[in-house]
Amino acid sequence: MNQIPALVRVFAYLSLLTVGGGMAAFPEMKILTVEVHKWLTFPQLIHLYSVGQMAPGPNMMMIVPIGAWAGGVLGAIVVALAFFGPTAVLTFIVGRLWNKLEKWPWRRSIQQGLAPVSIGLLLAGCFTMAKGAIFGLETATIAVVVLLLLLNYKINPALLILVGAVIGVLSFTP
Amino acid sequence: MPYLRGSLVTKRHWIDDKEFVEMLSISQSLPGLNATNMAILVGEKLRGALGSVAAIIGICLPGAVIMYVVGIFYRSHGDHVWVTAALKGVAAAAVGLILSTVVGLSKKSLADKFDFVFMALTVIAVNRLHQSVPRTLVAVGLLAILFHRPRKARKESVGP
Repeated sequence: MNQIPALVRVFAYLSLLTVGGGMAAFPEMKILTVEVHKWLTFPQLIHLYSVGQMAPGPNMMMIVPIGAWAGGVLGAIVVALAFFGPTAVLTFIVGRLWNKLEKWPWRRSIQQGLAPVSIGLLLAGCFTMAKGAIFGLETATIAVVVLLLLLNYKINPALLILVGAVIGVLSFTP
Repeated sequence: MPYLRGSLVTKRHWIDDKEFVEMLSISQSLPGLNATNMAILVGEKLRGALGSVAAIIGICLPGAVIMYVVGIFYRSHGDHVWVTAALKGVAAAAVGLILSTVVGLSKKSLADKFDFVFMALTVIAVNRLHQSVPRTLVAVGLLAILFHRPRKARKESVGP
């Protein structure tokens, strides 16, 4: 069955939800890609997202393999265009207007008002992911240690994710 | 972000510090990832529309190719015991990473105690009440924007 139109629809929609970061779209992404379209399983989605944190560039390139699995090379390209295109055009247009709006008093209100909501969406995405990623003492410890290390030291997060992989192998191989 | 600032501001002198902060605040308020929005804005400033296209391709292509290959590998070897074990650790570490981003952003941009109420409302709406992200965004977003509405400084001159 041809999944291309569905891929375009879903990822163009998700694109517009990424206020403040890609994680904001995660709860909807789980519903649409896992539950509605069944392109992948929830553990697979979590794995792709996590591994994607180590890839260079925007941390949501994990959408590419989802597109590839559902629709081959074309699927991968279409998903990338659908996910990055709409917001790119929007940013381009607003970026030009924004400087002209410098005197507009609501500009500051919009920025101040959207900040807590976008952080809330990020946190909500994080909780959705934690439901699948945190089970038992080992995974909870890894998450907490990574959090504390990043808050207190300047470490490359990709390195910590790699360490997480090593600890994973050590604790979860039978 | 510190890396982006280093190469755009310090090394290339494409934009200055003030422009960087300005562009970052636009990037964070609009939908879209910060990295791609920054690319669009910097590209636009340097070379107009073509610059934006070049910048977004440049920032996306390497990661896209790598993740495409990772996807193929994961599809064929994802059920190997070592891979699943490693991925459990990776996913847990990623949760810690996102939480650290949440804490960092909160420290930086949440000043008012009501901001934490708006943040909590957003989380409850999405995770507990299972409201869709757009509905939550519009409802809580409007509430928060109205709360931060522009207030007129009361400086009325009293008569002549």
